[in-house]
Amino acid sequence: MSRQQLVIIGNGMAPGRMLEHLFEAQGDFDVTIFNAEPRVNYDRIMLSPVLSGEKSYEDIIIHDDAWYAENGITLHRGEKVVAIDRDARTVTSEGGITAAYDKLVIATGSAPFIIPVPGHTLPGVLAYRDLDDVDGMKSAAVRGGRAVVIGGGLLGLEAAAGLKAQGMDVTVLHLMPTLMERQLDPNAGYLLQKELERRGIEVRCRANTKAILGTDRVEGIELEDGTVIEASLVVMAVGIRPSTSLAAEAGLQVGRGIVTDAQMRSSDPDILSIGECAEVDGRVYGLVAPLYQMARVAAATLTGTEAAFAHAETPTKLKVTGINLYSVGEFGDGPECEDVVLRDAARGSYKRVILKDDRVIGAVLYGDVADGTWYNEMLKSGEDVSAIRDTLIFGQAHQGGQAADPLAAIANLADDAEICGCNGVCKGRIVEAINDKGLTSLAEVRAHTKASASCGTCTGLVESVLALTLGDGFEKTAEGMCGCTDLGHGEVRRLIKAKGLKSIPAVMIELEWKSSHGCAKCRPALNYYLLSDWPGEYVDDQQSRFINERVHANIQKDGTYSVVPRMWGGMTSSSELRAIADVVDKFAIPDVKVTGGQRIDLLGVKKEDLPAVWADLNKAGLISGHAYSKGLRTVKTCVGSTWCRFGTQDSTGLGIKLEKFLWGSWTPAKVKLAVTGCPRNCAEATCKDIGVICVESGYQIVYGGAAGLHIQGTTELGTVQTEEEVIEIAGAMTQMYREQGFYLERIYKWADRVGYDTVKAAILDDLASRRAYYERFVFSQKFVQTDPWSERVSGVDKHEFKPMAVFDAQGVNTAMEPAE
Amino acid sequence: MNASLSRTELDWRFIGTIDDIPWQGARCVENNETRIAVFRTADDRIFALEDKCPHKNGPLSQGIVHGGCVTCPLHNWVISLETGTAQGADEGRTAAFPVRLDGRDIYLQLPPGA
Repeated sequence: MSRQQLVIIGNGMAPGRMLEHLFEAQGDFDVTIFNAEPRVNYDRIMLSPVLSGEKSYEDIIIHDDAWYAENGITLHRGEKVVAIDRDARTVTSEGGITAAYDKLVIATGSAPFIIPVPGHTLPGVLAYRDLDDVDGMKSAAVRGGRAVVIGGGLLGLEAAAGLKAQGMDVTVLHLMPTLMERQLDPNAGYLLQKELERRGIEVRCRANTKAILGTDRVEGIELEDGTVIEASLVVMAVGIRPSTSLAAEAGLQVGRGIVTDAQMRSSDPDILSIGECAEVDGRVYGLVAPLYQMARVAAATLTGTEAAFAHAETPTKLKVTGINLYSVGEFGDGPECEDVVLRDAARGSYKRVILKDDRVIGAVLYGDVADGTWYNEMLKSGEDVSAIRDTLIFGQAHQGGQAADPLAAIANLADDAEICGCNGVCKGRIVEAINDKGLTSLAEVRAHTKASASCGTCTGLVESVLALTLGDGFEKTAEGMCGCTDLGHGEVRRLIKAKGLKSIPAVMIELEWKSSHGCAKCRPALNYYLLSDWPGEYVDDQQSRFINERVHANIQKDGTYSVVPRMWGGMTSSSELRAIADVVDKFAIPDVKVTGGQRIDLLGVKKEDLPAVWADLNKAGLISGHAYSKGLRTVKTCVGSTWCRFGTQDSTGLGIKLEKFLWGSWTPAKVKLAVTGCPRNCAEATCKDIGVICVESGYQIVYGGAAGLHIQGTTELGTVQTEEEVIEIAGAMTQMYREQGFYLERIYKWADRVGYDTVKAAILDDLASRRAYYERFVFSQKFVQTDPWSERVSGVDKHEFKPMAVFDAQGVNTAMEPAE
Repeated sequence: MNASLSRTELDWRFIGTIDDIPWQGARCVENNETRIAVFRTADDRIFALEDKCPHKNGPLSQGIVHGGCVTCPLHNWVISLETGTAQGADEGRTAAFPVRLDGRDIYLQLPPGA
């Protein structure tokens, strides 16, 4: 039997999931996908974190290029299908590609509804639907001004919060009297409005848009009551319409969506439809959980397995950091409905459970949403709750007099209790996967069950299931940067930028640090991130630096220090050597050593002597070598064309230029360079963070080497013609590393993590990107190229180098500082 | 010098003011052969420990002060400022000295006869 041809129109989350099920069931299909968007499958429900800057596009990719290749899928990107020929059983795209099918899946999704008011076609009017919209909003945010969001539903509010996070002034216009009226009752809607207003988002309910104003692009908006609001961006988030025109033109039955049976078959049994464009039993859907259920059913139908789509109430959550709300089921005020309500104004929390005939039919939670899953379970099971009615509203932890143990709550859940709403994964399925497959980590559970793999709000629940199932065998893998936070370095870096956090206390408060003032691990990291992200603005916190960087020397095992002056490109002179010799004699410095970085180390200097040692070295023109810093250490060179009979270029001169350009910058970890005059590589450029190998035709640039605990040769970036290009590339690469690296992560680890192709694309191939990084580096260098030694010689931080009090044998303080 | 002597009562010795010590930092006091590290925490509490980590005698005064602890600069042992005991899995203890804050003035109690 030859393989069946499966053609899919649309490459959103529903067909992506369907294919996963199909491959899992080893369905025998050749798959061709037509995607109108020029991208792979990404997680559309995470667009809001991308807009707010909390995540990047790469973070939300579900299937990368490799996945399509591995599964032999033909993906036509940016190819919109314009016709289905049901007689010939083919589809044809705008670009003229025709594909034959045995089975066809229509997953065209939906289109945002645009209110046809005057001006709705002006540039600056956007929907909130895909990554292009997000990019459009982000570039509008760069220009600043006010954004007006039309629509106070789930999407509109996420857009508003994201635009606010991007620094715009934001007004939300909502036609109805309260926000999110389809998911929230008026009380919760009011609390939500207050919270948004507290965050500086203006909310106008009962606002009816009359016209969008502007000539060449959006300038403002006019309401029915005559109010005019200035705006540089208008986002319409007033709803979606299933995209059914293609199906209708092909003569398929279409209602609100493409009509299908419970097996997801359209009126033509060889054509299935899933996703937002499909209509099952008179309903169309927009949330991910039912769409994933459709995907599961469609995969079963394609492989000839029994399955049927069944409607279920889907809980709603708002993905705005710091705002918790949960709603499920009905919350109308019907005559037979009873309400149980708990308000805690001080904590800004509101809980309402709606009962009918002693059964839960709906719940609205604002603030404290921990019990949402529990109420949803009771809603789905339809159990009689009269026995616990009195304590119901206090939540699961308060039932049966048990202590509030979060694990107990999970233990009490039935096996069919849903843990992950997005992917419809129940507790039993997770436990089974853990036991059968021997899973031990969150990442493994995500990979095998999809639980917590979409919006991530159930991560804590999944971890609890892991803890319960494995007992002591489960060690929560600390993804956080230290014990003070669960956030990883990447998340912290992104949030610092997204939220504009400019001090260590601001980071700790906004990102909810668990310790009051951090620890010796996170404080130096935060200090670096702030310094790197806000050059010229952030004031370096000396007390959050390791002692070496605080006193600009290296502490030794006996508490003395070592001092390494800079020797540009490893060159020195008789007068410098003479000054060093004099200092050694004058301060009785025990040891003098030549370092691996081509300079001289003075070992065993007493801390009190440091400023005087530096003063003498400064007089000879020697400055700090930063041998102690997470920053540029040395640029090692060979003698190159000046002396060497093999030298092809002036490697020494270029090394000196690089060192004079790069010195003083703070980086995630130390940075060492080398410039070698020919491929014989005497300067050992191929194990450095950045290396330059001079050749007859120019300069070969390599990077990502390591020669410490870990040994790794460099990777080639490319070859350039001039010294100027080498310097620009070195600055740009250092800046990219400064902006993306995690604290203490060397260049090779950073490049391993982000990918050498990514670095090459941004630094070598894309000239505009290289230039931008270079310019940001040059800007930040303006604030750091001051010799820290001469600053201290002139009195900066002098408390560091003197005891506070010195008592002699008589108990007299001989070092009392004069009053200042 | 006289002013400072008059502020030295019994064996409580005036060593300086809180403003002499950086916030979340430390300064040293030398008493004959002994060096004492005087710490100032984020909430302006003052503690004094002998300036020797119980592990390998690292100078605790040079460490990072966080919460009620200091991390030794040599091998990252974390020492309680209040008791001088090593935290976590490490075992050991460094001597703690009584300190008293009178307004912004700091008094350190040194062993009698020292």
